[in-house]
Amino acid sequence: MELFELTAHELADLIRRGEVSAEEIADSVLRRIDQVEEDVRAYLTVTRDRALAAARAVDARRQKEEDSGPLAGIPVGLKDNLCTQGVRTTCASRMLENFVPPYNATVVEKLYQAGAVVTGKLNMDEFAMGSTTEYSAFFPTRNPWDLSRVPGGSSGGAAAAVAAGEAIYALGSDTGGSIRQPASFCGVVGMKPTYGLVSRYGLVAFASSLDQVGSLTKDVRDCALVLNAIAGHDPLDSTSVPMEVPDYTSFLTGEMKGKRIGVIKEMFDEGLDPEMAEVVKKGVKKLEELGGIVEECSFPHAEYAIAIYYIIAPAEASSNLARFDGIRYGYRANQEEGKELDLQELYLRTRSEGFGPEVKRRILVGTYALSSGYYDAYYLKALKVRTLIREDYRRLFQNFDLLVSPTAPCLPFPLGEKLDDPIVLYLADVYTVPVNLAGLPAISLPCGFVRGLPVGMQLIAPAFKEGDLLQVAYAFEQNTPYHKERPPLQGKSPAEAVEGG
Amino acid sequence: MAGYEAVIGLEVHVELRTKTKAFCSCPNEFGSEPNTNVCPVCLALPGVLPVLNRSLLEYAVQVGLALNCEIAPFSKFDRKNYFYPDLPKAYQISQYDLPLCRNGYLDVEVDGYTRRVGITRVHMEEDAGKLLHGEGNPGYSLVDLNRAGVPLLEIVTEPDIRTPEEARLFLENLKAILQYLDVSDCKMEEGSLRCDANVSLRPAGTDVLNTKVEIKNMNSFRAVQRALEGEVQRQRSIYESGGVVFQETRGWDEDRGITVVMRSKEEASDYRYFPDPDLVPIVLSPEEVERLRRSLPELPVARRERLIRDYGLPAYDAGVLTASRDLADFFEECVRVYPDAKKVSNWVMGEFLRLLNSQNLEVKQAKLSPSHLVEMLQLMDEGIISGKIAKTVFEEMFNTGKRAAQIVEEKGLVQISDEGELAGIVEEVLAAHPQVVDDYRKGKRKALGFLVGQVMKRTKGKANPQLVNRMLEERI
Repeated sequence: MELFELTAHELADLIRRGEVSAEEIADSVLRRIDQVEEDVRAYLTVTRDRALAAARAVDARRQKEEDSGPLAGIPVGLKDNLCTQGVRTTCASRMLENFVPPYNATVVEKLYQAGAVVTGKLNMDEFAMGSTTEYSAFFPTRNPWDLSRVPGGSSGGAAAAVAAGEAIYALGSDTGGSIRQPASFCGVVGMKPTYGLVSRYGLVAFASSLDQVGSLTKDVRDCALVLNAIAGHDPLDSTSVPMEVPDYTSFLTGEMKGKRIGVIKEMFDEGLDPEMAEVVKKGVKKLEELGGIVEECSFPHAEYAIAIYYIIAPAEASSNLARFDGIRYGYRANQEEGKELDLQELYLRTRSEGFGPEVKRRILVGTYALSSGYYDAYYLKALKVRTLIREDYRRLFQNFDLLVSPTAPCLPFPLGEKLDDPIVLYLADVYTVPVNLAGLPAISLPCGFVRGLPVGMQLIAPAFKEGDLLQVAYAFEQNTPYHKERPPLQGKSPAEAVEGG
Repeated sequence: MAGYEAVIGLEVHVELRTKTKAFCSCPNEFGSEPNTNVCPVCLALPGVLPVLNRSLLEYAVQVGLALNCEIAPFSKFDRKNYFYPDLPKAYQISQYDLPLCRNGYLDVEVDGYTRRVGITRVHMEEDAGKLLHGEGNPGYSLVDLNRAGVPLLEIVTEPDIRTPEEARLFLENLKAILQYLDVSDCKMEEGSLRCDANVSLRPAGTDVLNTKVEIKNMNSFRAVQRALEGEVQRQRSIYESGGVVFQETRGWDEDRGITVVMRSKEEASDYRYFPDPDLVPIVLSPEEVERLRRSLPELPVARRERLIRDYGLPAYDAGVLTASRDLADFFEECVRVYPDAKKVSNWVMGEFLRLLNSQNLEVKQAKLSPSHLVEMLQLMDEGIISGKIAKTVFEEMFNTGKRAAQIVEEKGLVQISDEGELAGIVEEVLAAHPQVVDDYRKGKRKALGFLVGQVMKRTKGKANPQLVNRMLEERI
């Protein structure tokens, strides 16, 4: 087995025992990138030199017998909407193609402090808007399980990189399912923590009241380790909650007896691929075998979630993305030969040329929803329904410790298939969106395969109950084989890769 | 104004003098080099988030309390969206439907009557940056974002003001309160206090609501009064000639002394306000508000009454002294050591204010401290200098910051109280003006004053006047 195929905790053990160096691990992952990146196209920027330097620094510290923690020396990829000091952060948009932030996102800073080796910045749907990573302004990423299919979105680059061994783990962001849905599509573990548990400082905002940074990992233990590293109050983010954060690995007991689990029946309706329904139901049965008390439950307002999400998220996006106006940084429309653009033209041309179609669509929808005369009918009404959805969860969690559903209603689509039908794409997030509207934590776990493609199961917990989530997820994972599966991805031989270099 | 009355409402923006900006830790300073007090947050770089400066909230509550407002136990920040190059986020963080303070008032004394001006609301917001047009490269505009994110309060009055003078007095009272609270520099010329006014006219004694005109660009208290007078006059002539007043925004042209049209007809601006999801709602407990209420300093009205009560000052003096916290502080510091309040008040209101105004200085910028004045008054009491010399000494202290005793010594201003030294001069004067002496002897009391004046003249004002009086009387 190659080093890039291992998990973070396995590699950490090897480092601790002195069996491999951080540099060897970085080297393995970088060579894997050379080998398969041409097929997968997960990276927008590979930070090879920085990664090797960081790995050597970890090795140097270890020489001095300093224990630098479980993520020290482990290669990580970052979704390209997390700001990285000195490394361009594009949000997969022409608008920020050359933007190099002078600061790190708080989560990135925390990873650096944990000794992480950042391999680069991962592809995504432009400004995190989309469910296939085809809305990247640069190129689509492909699903490592089937290169003719999408990896999901918007953290598609992150999910694909982890599945393909191009990163040991990755950080993504989840506004309506953007970590969990690609995790499901790519057969990895994806977690969206409770809103406010992890700092959003330095995450380029899409919809501020929904966005949350989270992880994509190969297994649940890695998920707990990453959460340990990134959770906690940040004085730079006033929506981050001042609270003590537990050691999340302490929940990984393998035991889940007596956990009350609600199966959301609306999420097994006709919208779901029948073969996937079977796989997820088998997963639920497994939870029961492991001692879970499983019962069907109803989530009455689920059907409105997508509709109000596509009011609230674009409304916030229309405001958040207004700063990209060509005046201070980022893309600016060219001044015409011999003629200078006036202010209005400069704004119009810059934004017309700098933003892609999905971003424009959402800015228009959001601007409309907030405009006077429509605010009450759309935005305000959406906020009211959002409260109803929160109420639904509150009621359900009086009876259940966790809720379970499929993560996505469908298998990864073939590339290009849904690109012209945004509404169909919006529905790919139908099971994940309500969680963001309520700010809850949720995790997507591999729970089987249909026609060789991975299927994810979603667990949802009450706010700040990440521990429960991890406990059940871990018990499930330890009693199923799916997380051990790796995509049948060969790529070029390393030698070729070096020549192609 | 016969037949018409003005309906005036004011919208006042006050820059607060917090140490740091409203939502980041950049210094809040006026006059720095362009774009030096900036960070990723106030530049609105991608991914950054605002964090509320607690002192902004505390200042805002104190101002609300001083203006007799209700303080909202729950309020929030909203985004006011619009594109402009000086607004880096393309939205301003402000408060929309749930302002922090509302329903207050401020009483203004005008010519013996009291006008109560309702305060509709006081809310917090951030300032925008500044554009410099055509500097350096003609044809380009430069953006200075030092001011972006500076904390502001917007204070909106009810249309309760009836005359331009009331408007000016309202602003002067408001400024005094803000200075007593020590929350703002209140310098209209530097833009730390900005005022817009809405004016309409209606037949006196009715409650008709006529078309209102907004006036901007007034950058002194005097300009506010003059602009409003001009605008009232303009609207009255229009009505009297049967014309129609249009709703428009007019700017005050200081040089020409008239208001001129800036924008006719308000554009339908749609700011798409919505709650800022990056900032948590502001929840204030009654205890917190109470704590801030207790921390309020004595405000102008209370201080004025106390000065009348404790020092027996005339109401006029107390009014002048308390219009500025610094002036009142100066006065009280003097009185602590030198308890003749009226004498101190005369000097502070008279010479001190005169010199400050003529040199356009603030109290705190003066080289002259309360101890300067007290020492000088003591020299007078000891008979070392006369009142006349004192004026010279005072001006010299004001200009140089030297102590009175030093000035008196350096300039040889010590009063001549030695009879021997004066005897010769007195004899000379008597000899030179026999006719006057005669007049005095015949009962013309005023003639003595002339003779005293002559002695003073010959001694360059240094002779002790009481002594000269006595000596002259004795000799005649």
